[in-house]
Amino acid sequence: MSSYSLLFTTFFKIGAFTLGGGYAMLPIIEEDVVDKYHWIKKEEFIDYVAVAQSCPGVFAINLATFVGYKLKGKKGALCTTLGSALPSFLIILAIAMFLHHIMEWHWVEAMFRGIRPAVVALIAAPTFTLAKSAHITLSNCWIPIASALLIWGLHVNPIWIIIATGLGGYVYGKYLINE
Amino acid sequence: MIFLQLFYTFFLIGLFGFGGGYGMLSLIQNETVHVHGWLSTAEFTNIVAISQMTPGPVGINSATYCGYTAVNNAGYGMMMSTLGSAVATFALVLPSFIMMIVIARMFMKYMNTPTVQHIFLGLRPGVVGLLAAATLMLLDKENFSSWAENPWQFSISVALFVATFVGTYWLHINPIRMIGYAAFAGLVLLY
Repeated sequence: MSSYSLLFTTFFKIGAFTLGGGYAMLPIIEEDVVDKYHWIKKEEFIDYVAVAQSCPGVFAINLATFVGYKLKGKKGALCTTLGSALPSFLIILAIAMFLHHIMEWHWVEAMFRGIRPAVVALIAAPTFTLAKSAHITLSNCWIPIASALLIWGLHVNPIWIIIATGLGGYVYGKYLINE
Repeated sequence: MIFLQLFYTFFLIGLFGFGGGYGMLSLIQNETVHVHGWLSTAEFTNIVAISQMTPGPVGINSATYCGYTAVNNAGYGMMMSTLGSAVATFALVLPSFIMMIVIARMFMKYMNTPTVQHIFLGLRPGVVGLLAAATLMLLDKENFSSWAENPWQFSISVALFVATFVGTYWLHINPIRMIGYAAFAGLVLLY
């Protein structure tokens, strides 16, 4: 079975070598946890992914905590969580320490002038992907449109939008959906 | 004081950040740029760019970077700033950690109940709106310059925005490669 140090190193490696954020980590976590070490059955893993996705917080961290806890309790969860968060933490800390100086170089500044509009597009694109997977249709497209306008135009705190849409869904489902 | 603020802010972000890294962006942006003024819009966009190019989740990356920068901008040295990034990252992870253990222990069976499904019926479209808001808030002078200020840079910025959108959304070009192209274009055209 799994020892604490193996849990830590496995998730440390996953954290250190997966580019592109949480969802890019998913197949790699699955490969190690399900196929390589047989810690968890495939069907169980799919359930964990569903729960980790539904919960707030960083997806990869949620999944790591869940897997760690299932295997070795609280200490196991601590190992997997630390393991998956530590590489990003160390890398970004190093970048934060030196970026100020590097940003003063003119050619780096020029590069970031080109990068920034591209990054805005990289955030715009998943909006449409997410809209598809969230089943946005003509009848419910007012929800994302109104939410976006409230945050952008009226500077409403996104936390209120989260609470309002969750509550709205609950009320809608409980009292209106059967009619 | 700033450490308490960092802890509280990133704890909230961790607690309400539905929809994964991108869904979290508008929360992070709202708190760090608009509420606390720890970062400028351009700095925030730089962090997202760096997060794309380095391993690890965007949420952790922004927490670590913001923690460091916020304390550093407040006039503290390297040690205190490092502590700031540790506090922010810890605060972001803490709600996940507690929640996942609680769910793993007792609420696993409740995750498929109608009540939870109903909440997500509203929450999912809401998160799409959050992501759209993150995009809208980033469409500004700091990231694109403006026609009045610098028509050349503005035109190039818009072209790079459109090219990256088409490239990643329709042509499925790897985002990191697109950032590489944009960096090269910036170097050649916007030096």
